[in-house]
Amino acid sequence: MSEHVPALPVYTPPKARSLLEPHRLFLIAVFAVIIFCIVWFMRWDWIPQYQGRLLYGIGQTLILLFSTAIAGFLFAVPLGLVQVTGPRPLAWLAKGFCTLIRGTPLLLQLWLIYYGLGSIFAQYPEIRQSFLWPYLRQAWPYGFVTLMISFAAYEGEVMRGAFAGVPKGEIEAAKAFGMRRFTLFRRIWLPRAIHRALPTLTGETVLQLKSTPLVATITVIDVYAVISKVRQDTYLTYEPLLLLALIYLCLTGMMIVAFRFVENRIPTRGA
Amino acid sequence: MAASSATMFDLSLLSLSAPGWGGVMLGGFVRSLELAIGGYCLGIVLGIGGAFGKLYGGPILRDLLEVYTTLIRAVPELVLILLLYYAGTDAVNQLLGLFNYGPVDINGLVAGIFVIGVVQGAYSTEVLRGAIKAVPPGQIEAARAYGMSPFQVLRRVTLPAMLPYAIPGLSNLWLIATKDTALLAVVGFSELTLVTRQAAGSTKAYMMFFLAAGVLYLLLTLVSNVVIGIIERRARRGMADPV
Repeated sequence: MSEHVPALPVYTPPKARSLLEPHRLFLIAVFAVIIFCIVWFMRWDWIPQYQGRLLYGIGQTLILLFSTAIAGFLFAVPLGLVQVTGPRPLAWLAKGFCTLIRGTPLLLQLWLIYYGLGSIFAQYPEIRQSFLWPYLRQAWPYGFVTLMISFAAYEGEVMRGAFAGVPKGEIEAAKAFGMRRFTLFRRIWLPRAIHRALPTLTGETVLQLKSTPLVATITVIDVYAVISKVRQDTYLTYEPLLLLALIYLCLTGMMIVAFRFVENRIPTRGA
Repeated sequence: MAASSATMFDLSLLSLSAPGWGGVMLGGFVRSLELAIGGYCLGIVLGIGGAFGKLYGGPILRDLLEVYTTLIRAVPELVLILLLYYAGTDAVNQLLGLFNYGPVDINGLVAGIFVIGVVQGAYSTEVLRGAIKAVPPGQIEAARAYGMSPFQVLRRVTLPAMLPYAIPGLSNLWLIATKDTALLAVVGFSELTLVTRQAAGSTKAYMMFFLAAGVLYLLLTLVSNVVIGIIERRARRGMADPV
């Protein structure tokens, strides 16, 4: 029977591409040869000696990444919210802050805060004698603050869009339930906005990971700084940098997988 | 105290002639601009090639381009800049050695443009690929049906038609390119950020010089935003407003 029905063109989903297509096997073989050459002909004997420091550096990078991302996100929420609902002057202030931070290079901000603020702090005896001075003499507070500000500014812009994009009906429904403003914000507006911002949040966090090596220029010891030390000690140009690239590649990959897992845990209606 | 803060913001240090560092900083700013423009243009050329390779290329080319964009986008720009800066200059010298030329000193500007271009190329490949896919396929098919050669289709239909879709991404990339030039300070290329650090280090007026450089970068961003707005309005003329 069904042969006579003029069939609509059937949608055929694109063939799932597997790793085992012939050209891929060929490419895999080529890359295997390249990697073998890299492992065999380059010098890697320094790795065991620096293993401990490398692991320490990776830990420092991750700590820096997550602490600045979480702290930055806490600042990003009010930055975004104020731009959507806040009184005009506050909204302009937040917008100006975001533009200012997003319009200048991170390296410049880092050096401005470390060298600029650092040199100003050092001039005031009040600060030198305060209990904060032991911390302010170190480099990491400056790196932390700079990275946090940068994340807050970029993510603040994302959150502005996310807050503005929450459907009006949901907020009106919450009001109709008699929720107070704060309850509404806590139960409906913020979670919905974060949900909308999650895919972008993944990208921003990867960008933040890629910004962390800059703190090595102000003498914070992260994995990049450890690799720089290896390069100075061993006079090797490429091997440490290749290892560093591999480390960041793995970190990025793991982060993307982790975020995708979180995203998939949140139920959505249809796709 | 008052004296020290007076020297800290001694604006005569910014004057253009010799005792002031203003001229040096403007020179650095110009070099940053050259880097950004050169790297951005190279990146767009690579991106157009990459996007067409990814969309219309053979399976091997597609996979190789996928590896290129994934690798470049997953590794920090700073690490890439170090790797490519040394590897690029090394490769050229090795190549010259093969043909029995002595090693040459690679111009820092060329190496910098190459590095920024390769990094930007990966991002613009993705931007342009998305934009080309947003062009209604009927338009491209119509152009083919007219008997245009692939290059004519590209020049007359695909590139102009994808422009409105590509401009937001491309303008973002331009802003990233201007800021990525600062990373070349780490390999010792004397663009604005490094020059500023030298000026600040030798006068001890750190705050003032870094703020001045920040103003220059910010001006560049703001002017770029205005220009991008004009280009975008022009490219979108005749199209419905995005909802």
